[in-house]
Amino acid sequence: MSVLRTLLVSLVLVAAGVGVLAEATDGFRAYTTETARRIHVREHPRAVPPLPLQTASGARTDFGALRGRWLLVEFIYTRCTTYCSVQGGEFARLQDELAGPIAAGKVTLLSVSFDPARDDPASLARYQRLHGARGEGWIAARPVDAADLTELMGVFGVVAVPDGLGGFVHNAAIAVVDPQGRLVAIMDWDDAPGAVHYVMQRLAP
Amino acid sequence: MKLAVRPWLAGVALWAVLAIPPVRHAFESMMTLQMLVQIPLLALAGWLLAWGTPAWLAQRVADWNQRGISGLVLASLAGMVWMLPRAMDAALDEPAIALAKFLSVPLLIGAPVALSWPRAGFVVRGVFLAEVIATALRLGWLYLISPERLCSNYLLGDQQLLGRIMLAIGASIILVLAWKLMWGRIDVT
Repeated sequence: MSVLRTLLVSLVLVAAGVGVLAEATDGFRAYTTETARRIHVREHPRAVPPLPLQTASGARTDFGALRGRWLLVEFIYTRCTTYCSVQGGEFARLQDELAGPIAAGKVTLLSVSFDPARDDPASLARYQRLHGARGEGWIAARPVDAADLTELMGVFGVVAVPDGLGGFVHNAAIAVVDPQGRLVAIMDWDDAPGAVHYVMQRLAP
Repeated sequence: MKLAVRPWLAGVALWAVLAIPPVRHAFESMMTLQMLVQIPLLALAGWLLAWGTPAWLAQRVADWNQRGISGLVLASLAGMVWMLPRAMDAALDEPAIALAKFLSVPLLIGAPVALSWPRAGFVVRGVFLAEVIATALRLGWLYLISPERLCSNYLLGDQQLLGRIMLAIGASIILVLAWKLMWGRIDVT
């Protein structure tokens, strides 16, 4: 009897365990937080709150004012010397490849600092210059207060961890916000072609 | 009356210490510490706690736990959940998941192992240990060679350190078992 009961309990446990694992991995699709964030955003677009930003020129704008066009958003801190230096280069590349839609006001690039205490407008401007920003269509900005930053990082799922050397390690990516102001996709930070393809496909009539 | 330290009280005390916020944050500051110190200590707390199981309840459990198989299945499944990089991340970011970890690791891993291991024979222990070794080596290798951070909250160097230690743990268990098989005493029951 004890053998049968053990078999029964074990089978129930395995079934429950598979159920819990399926739940914990979005149906065995996401084993890491980063994959999960991308799946969730794609399947359940999130509204980006109209939080205020201060740009590299010192002017104010906000996510509400930026609605009505596609936004490609990256999160940065300007002192970053490792792969973020390439990350900025990717945005310069996007600026070239999307020059048409940018000029038509259909696409804007937005670099948001998650280290607003140090990234003042001058630092943001220097970051853009350093990475070869040309003309209009690429805004570098910082959130206006700490609570806004926390909320923004929550919505975009950005996690920045101190690297022990005074900088941060962060889950760099290219986030796509649609004209309704919803976060709809997250791509690898070095996947500029993917981001261009995504936006161009949706801009085509 | 002699003041005997009751193991289950030690388990409760250990659990309480691990739940103190500064202790918790210290152990969760590194992936290596969370996976190889905090989670094993939580399991140990549950293992000690299981010593307080009243005899009648232990008997009832044993009726459904032939050779400790049910308990070891439960512990393996619960262990799999907490080995997901996502779960380790979420335990830092979401209070509900943190609570789930603090309850499930002692009660669904430590306690079942304590109630099952003494009942498990040679074959059951062998299967369980083989799976522990395979998991340590597989995950260790993955953590060591992955060029990407698997946890958003932890650094790559930390992940690689964890990988190296897990490979060492897997190898150590193999060596100990090999030694036991060659020169130790094994009850084949």
